Amino acid sequence: MEMTKKAAVSRRSLLAASALLAMPSIVRAQTADTIKIGFPVPLTGPYGTEAKDQVACAQIAISEFNEAGGLNGKKAELLVRDDKLDPGEAATRTIELIEKDGANFICGSLSAAVQLAVNNVAKQRGVIYNSISQSDQIAALPDWSKTTFHEGMTPHLTAGAVGRYAFGKFGKKVVFLQADYAYGHEMVAGFKAVGEKMGIEVLADLRHPLGATDYSTLLPRIQSLKPDILVLVNFGRDQQISLKQATDFGLKKTTKIVAPVLLYTARQAAGEKAFEGVIGGTSYYWGIESTVPTAKAFNDRYRKANEGRVPSDYGALGYAGVRALLEGARRAGGTDTAKVIAALEGLKYDFYKGPQEIRACDHQAVQPVFIIESKAAGANPNDVFNVISTDAANADNLVSCKDEGHV
Amino acid sequence: MDGITPDLLALQLFTGLALGAIYVLLALGMSLLFGMLTVVNFAHGAFYMLGAYAGVLLLSIGVNFWFCLLLAPLLVGSLGLLCERFLIRHLYGRGIDYPLLLTFGLSYIMVEMVRILFGTQGLPFDTPDALQGASDIMIGYFPTYRLFVIGVAIVVVVALWLFLERTPYGLIIRAGARDPQIVRILGIDVARVWLVVFGIGTGLAALAGLLAAPLQGASPEMGSSILAEAFVVTVVGGMGSLVGAVVAGLLVGVVVAMTSLVAPEFAQVAIFALMAIVLLIRPQGFFGRAGLMS
Amino acid sequence: MLNPLLVARCKQHRVVLAIAFLIIFPLLMPFKAIAVNILIYGLFALGFNMLFGTLGLLSFGHAALFGGGAYACGLVMLKLGLPWYVGILGSVLAGMLIAATIGAFAIRTRGIYFAMVTLALAQCLYFLADQATDLTGGENGLRGVDLKTIQLPGMTLNFVDPLTRYYVVAFFVAVALFVLSRILASPFGAVLEAVRENEARARACGYHVRMVRYLAFILSGGFCGLAGALQALHLSIVPLETLAISNSGLVVMMSLLGGMGTFFGPFVGAGIFLLLENLVSLWTVHWQIFVGAAFVACVLFFPRGIWGTILMGRGR
Repeated sequence: MEMTKKAAVSRRSLLAASALLAMPSIVRAQTADTIKIGFPVPLTGPYGTEAKDQVACAQIAISEFNEAGGLNGKKAELLVRDDKLDPGEAATRTIELIEKDGANFICGSLSAAVQLAVNNVAKQRGVIYNSISQSDQIAALPDWSKTTFHEGMTPHLTAGAVGRYAFGKFGKKVVFLQADYAYGHEMVAGFKAVGEKMGIEVLADLRHPLGATDYSTLLPRIQSLKPDILVLVNFGRDQQISLKQATDFGLKKTTKIVAPVLLYTARQAAGEKAFEGVIGGTSYYWGIESTVPTAKAFNDRYRKANEGRVPSDYGALGYAGVRALLEGARRAGGTDTAKVIAALEGLKYDFYKGPQEIRACDHQAVQPVFIIESKAAGANPNDVFNVISTDAANADNLVSCKDEGHV
Repeated sequence: MDGITPDLLALQLFTGLALGAIYVLLALGMSLLFGMLTVVNFAHGAFYMLGAYAGVLLLSIGVNFWFCLLLAPLLVGSLGLLCERFLIRHLYGRGIDYPLLLTFGLSYIMVEMVRILFGTQGLPFDTPDALQGASDIMIGYFPTYRLFVIGVAIVVVVALWLFLERTPYGLIIRAGARDPQIVRILGIDVARVWLVVFGIGTGLAALAGLLAAPLQGASPEMGSSILAEAFVVTVVGGMGSLVGAVVAGLLVGVVVAMTSLVAPEFAQVAIFALMAIVLLIRPQGFFGRAGLMS
Repeated sequence: MLNPLLVARCKQHRVVLAIAFLIIFPLLMPFKAIAVNILIYGLFALGFNMLFGTLGLLSFGHAALFGGGAYACGLVMLKLGLPWYVGILGSVLAGMLIAATIGAFAIRTRGIYFAMVTLALAQCLYFLADQATDLTGGENGLRGVDLKTIQLPGMTLNFVDPLTRYYVVAFFVAVALFVLSRILASPFGAVLEAVRENEARARACGYHVRMVRYLAFILSGGFCGLAGALQALHLSIVPLETLAISNSGLVVMMSLLGGMGTFFGPFVGAGIFLLLENLVSLWTVHWQIFVGAAFVACVLFFPRGIWGTILMGRGR
């Protein structure tokens, strides 16, 4: 008895000694007098524009918090890092943010692979991560953990909202053209889930490699199937190019083109012609400010800080993600991980697009989805979409916590 | 595999040829640089991308598309000349590693310069009005612009062939590639020959990029994704062989198109599988000289 | 001017010096994780250079060996539930196995064609990993390669702790460095050199040149696989990008940058590349210009690579 106790003690002292070696970084984290939010986003690479907007929006949340006096005089600080859209780089940067910079929370990312990587690193170190990109898996086990939060939409939610609208309006004969990776697969699963209930007929479900630059080889076949709806399930540049080529092949004459997500930035970049008449979903469009007061306030604040421009969809998620974390810290009265988690679970808020809630069981933000249609350019170059329908926040539209593996 | 009719197959074949036309132009330039200068040009994709952006720039100052077809390759080709004259020239005869590393660095610089000047987002590039819509090609309707791309590729291939085989300049270039020493002894400035070759090679890449722009828009990354494919085409055809570049370019285009019909998600890997098979059966590619570079 | 005797001493004890360097290295770096990355990519580059620098065989498919090792380690731990050291062992074996497979095809070709066959086969592996979503996580990569503590007799190491993690990785890298330097100093190493310098003569001396190349490829696979496993443990994930062309290209560039004709050159190249990229990208999003310019400058002014030039300047 005595012996084992001794052994245990010496082992403990060894542990303590080895912990001492690693002290500097830990000490720095504890004595820091600011709330640090690490923000890895892909500043370089194809989503640089979106990432810069995420930073601009996140900064608004930070300055709002600080102007309101911070937390007992403690100010918030945003630590922006370039994840280069690479999961390995993102993991390294997140480790750096936590170990060297002593970040209290992590928020950010713009791809499923990157957010899952960041999540794994943060969860290993018990640091709260609020993800702002599309993914079903992040809210489900085994990726999810107590420290995982997801302010972004899930493909199931997005595709469900768009599908409910489109399949009811434009016809039941559907062709899917999806990018061959998780985003595509999850979105198509979401479309099919609502489609089954509405009795759609899937004529073809085609996959293309991620990052393809030519869709001409797929388009003649799609054309010959004569679908009512072509659902283009891809993202960013893939979406721009495939839309353009589908337009060139004259597909729009016979078929309605629908995309799960229409990006404000992509629409700005690719021009009106390719996007004309295309329907899709979004987490945010600045135009909702006519009906949503918080959106008006957020837009105004953004316009003031950014020469009259308006925030983009993914950018606004950066605002919401950071603001949610700061709200959690405020309610918890500090940055203690367990207390902040408790404060965030079940939190109801309206930051910028109407009422939302953080579902307690999986930390997924229950939120409205907007269905938008691209329109021709008018006098206002920012005015590129019509909001044609709104799906209010409803937890029933999400995958249930049970199906995600939560008990 | 329902819905695959003979007409669709024929249409798909055409789609493959249009795709291949772009590969042909890229691979011609790459093969020229390799065959004549033994430069493995990692910046070839960047020159391709510059071609598209040169087009964007020229269109924005009011030059029409037809003049762009001439001016953009000339503009980018001149940049190629500068690169050769001031950077790559120092590296001849020092193995393939050094030009490879240098052009790799160059491509980084060029891509980033474009990002600074034109933004990271990429820019739209509309199909010229005269070439919009689809044309009836007996088996069905086919986008007119893609037919045009095939046409341009044919013209360029014929012109290049005539230039190399039927003009005194072409003779010097071919001689210079085979034995620079002798050509120099004959009193010809080989350095200038190589300069011109580099200009032609990069100009061809720019033309390919310009032609691709109406299909996919212009973006800073457009060159990096196609670089590997261009390498594959060049190698399958046989490094340094222009006939090989044409045959392999069209073949790869058709293989991609046909794979897309049967199993689209395999389209990208099909290219590499094709290369592996070809090289295992014929290690020097279709028309390559055996023992080159070993 | 350095004392030639001192230089000779240094060369003689390069492994000891390298180990001493490994011990103080993390204190010189801006943060520990990048020190670990440099070790991992340094080992990867050394493994690659065993083929490139030692035999003159340029492979564009080494990502398959690195990534294959990373996936092997992750899968052994995640799917088989075996401890991390078995994962490391598995990664070395996987690296060698993949190398043996790719090599069986590629070793018949030479020069640029060798590069392209290795590239093509590596792409096929990338594609396989992308498609086998249930096993590998597909494009999302493999997550959950969690190693939190390492049990040693009498003590428990906290692997999540930055410095501990560094020294654990450094231990494996040091062992690999030692093994590699022993291989190169062995009769087999001499044969490798003979094959590179004069293939015909090596053949005339009775060496089976193709077999020598094949064996070197397989050994190279073991080192690269180990590097992959260390990355998997370090980052706790295996990104699909570890198998991508860009990763193959990166290791070529690192080796050339550092100097492929020297033992430590590739290691130095990896360090300089990662450090440069990391520091410059902290203050500008246009870091690629500087990295690109560094490559151009390196080719024009340090044709033997940075380390190679330093060694030359020392009057070797």
